[in-house]
Amino acid sequence: MANSKEIPVLQPGHTYRSITEQISDIPLTRVKNTPRGWWIGFFLAFLGTLLLMYAVTILFVNGVGIFGINIPVGWGFDIVNFVWWIGIGHAGTLISAILLLFRQEWRTSINRFAEAMTLFAVANAGLYPILHLGRPWLAFYLIPYPNSQGLWPQFRSPLVWDVFAITTYMLVSLLFWYMGIVPDLATMRDRATHKLVRLIYGIMALGWRSSARHWHHYKSVYLLMAALATPLVISVHSIVSMDFAYGLVPGWHSTIFPPYFVAGAVFSGFAMVLTLMIPLRKVYHLEDFITQRHLENMAKILLFVGLIVAYGYLMENFSGWYSGDPYERANTIDRFVGAYAPLYWGLLFSNVVVPQLIWFKKIRTHNVALFVIAIFVNVGMWLERFIIIVQSLSKDFLPSSWHLYTPSIWDIATFAGTIGLFLTLIFLFVRVLPAISIFELRELVHHQAETTGESVRAESATGD
Amino acid sequence: MDKKYQTIYGLLARFADPEMLVSAAQRAAEAGYRRMDAYTPFPVEGLAEALRLKPSILPYAVLAGGITGGLLGFLMQVYATVVSYPLNIGGRPLNSWLAYIPITFELTVLLAAFGGIIGLLIATRLPQPYHPVFNVEDFQKHGSQDGFYLGIEASDPDFNLPDTRKFLESLGATLVSEIEA
Repeated sequence: MANSKEIPVLQPGHTYRSITEQISDIPLTRVKNTPRGWWIGFFLAFLGTLLLMYAVTILFVNGVGIFGINIPVGWGFDIVNFVWWIGIGHAGTLISAILLLFRQEWRTSINRFAEAMTLFAVANAGLYPILHLGRPWLAFYLIPYPNSQGLWPQFRSPLVWDVFAITTYMLVSLLFWYMGIVPDLATMRDRATHKLVRLIYGIMALGWRSSARHWHHYKSVYLLMAALATPLVISVHSIVSMDFAYGLVPGWHSTIFPPYFVAGAVFSGFAMVLTLMIPLRKVYHLEDFITQRHLENMAKILLFVGLIVAYGYLMENFSGWYSGDPYERANTIDRFVGAYAPLYWGLLFSNVVVPQLIWFKKIRTHNVALFVIAIFVNVGMWLERFIIIVQSLSKDFLPSSWHLYTPSIWDIATFAGTIGLFLTLIFLFVRVLPAISIFELRELVHHQAETTGESVRAESATGD
Repeated sequence: MDKKYQTIYGLLARFADPEMLVSAAQRAAEAGYRRMDAYTPFPVEGLAEALRLKPSILPYAVLAGGITGGLLGFLMQVYATVVSYPLNIGGRPLNSWLAYIPITFELTVLLAAFGGIIGLLIATRLPQPYHPVFNVEDFQKHGSQDGFYLGIEASDPDFNLPDTRKFLESLGATLVSEIEA
C-alpha cells in the first residue's frame, strides 16, 4: 500500500488499557445513557422487524399466492433477496479468514463487525427459501434423515447442495465468530460492574482466563478455522450460482456463473461493510481504530472485485452471442431493450460506472462519497440478481408462456422487513458486544511498539 | 509437596510487559518449574516456547473431523442413491460420484470445524466455571486487560512458598500474590 506510512491501521499513542476501555465501554454503557441516536435507529429497524413478522404471518395464512410470482416467473423477490443477502454475507468471512491468511494487519479492527454482519445476512438469506416454499412446515424434508417414507433428498441437485452449503457456512461462521469473541467476553466480564451483566458475560466467556496454554491451542485452531473458511466462502456462492447454471433457462446456463457470482458476492459484501462501517465509526468515535486506511483499502478491494464483476457482465453477453443459440441471443438483446431494460442499465451504471470513481484518491478518501458509492453498489447488486432471475425466467423458450413479473405489496413488505431485521440485529450487536476485536488490537499495539522500538506505557503495572 | 501449602494453589507474579514475562517464563523453566502457566491479555509470541509447551495436537482433531465428515458425507450419498433409493434415470450410472462432491466438501469443512472447536474445548477444559487464579484481585482487574502474569502452581515438586516467591521477585515481578485454592 502506497500510503501505509502516512496513515497507520491504528492511531499511535494507544495502550492496552486505553483500547480496552474505549471499546468495551460502548457495550457497557448503562441503559439510561444509551445514545439517543441508537434508540431512534433501533426503533426504526425494529418497526421493520415487526413488518416482517406481519408479512410472514399473512404469508403463512394465505400461501405464496400473495406474492407476485407466476409461471414462468416462479422465482421472484424471494430468491432475488436470498441471493442478495447471501452475497452480503460473504464479506465477513473473506475479511476475517482470507485477510488473516494473507497477514493483512488492517483486518483486525473490522473483522468482528464484518463477521457479525455476515451472520445476520446469512440468517436473513436462510429465511427466504423457507418462506418461498408452498408448504414451509415441511422445510425439514431438505435434511437427510431416516424417515418412514423411505425418501432421500435428491443429492444430485444443486438445490440440495445449497442446503448443505448455507448450513455449513452459517455454522462455521458462527463458530469462527464465537471463538474470536470469547477472549473479549472475558474482558467484558472483568470490566462489567453490574452483577447480572457480569454473570451473563461470564457465562458466555466460558471461564476464559487468558492462559498461555489456552492461547497456544487457540491460535492453532483459529488459523485452521481460517484455512477451512477460505475455500468454504468460495464454495458457497459457487453452489448458489449452480442453482441457476444447472438450469437450461436462457441467461442462466453459463459456465462463467460460479466465479462471477463469487466476485459479485464479495462486491456486495464489501459495499455493505462500508455502508455500515462509515456511520458506525463516526457515531461511536472509532476513528482511531477504523482509520481512513481501512476505508481506503476496502474501497480498493471494492474496485478490484467490481472490475471482475464487470468482466462477468461482458462475458455473459459475449457467451450469449457466441453460443449461437437463438434463445440465448434473444435473452441477451432483451436485457438491453426489453421490459426490464431500465433495471439492466441501472445495474450497469451502479456496478460498473459508479465504482470507477474509486480510482480517484480524493473520492475514495472522502467518507460521504464512498458511502454513496457503496449504496449504489448495494442497489446495483440487488438489481443484478433481479435481472438474472426475473428477466431470464420471464422469457423462456415458448413465447406463449412469456409473462412479466411485478412484485406485490407482500414481496416488498417481506424485503423491507428483512432489512429491518438485519439492522435490528446490527444495532443490538453494537450495543451489547464489543464490535471491534479488543485482544487483536492489543496485539497490534504490541506489534506497533515493537516496530517503533518504544515500549507500551503500562499505566498501572503495579496494580491499582 | 509440603502439607501447609495445600490451601494455596500457587503464586502469581505480574510483569510489566510481555518481553519481561517471556524471559521470566524462560528462566522459571530453566530453574526446573514445570507446573506453571502464564496469563496474557493477548497471545504473546515466544511464550509457548518459553513455557516449553508441546505443539498443539488440535490440528489432528481438525484432520480427524474433516476425514470423518468427508467419508460420512460421501458414503451417505452413495448409500442413498445406490442402495437405499436407486433411481434409474435414462440408464445413467447410479454411483454418479461427481455430483456428490459439493456435499462431501461441505460436510468435510463442517465436521473439521466442529472437530477443531470441540477439541479446543476439551484441550482447554472450558467451559470452566471456577478457577483459583480468579481469586487474585489484581488478576481480576488486569488479567484480561493489560496484565502479564506468570503463575507457578503449588503442586510443582520444586514449589516452596518463600523460595518460589523470592525467585519470582528476582525475575523482576512487579507484584507477587498468593493464589488461594
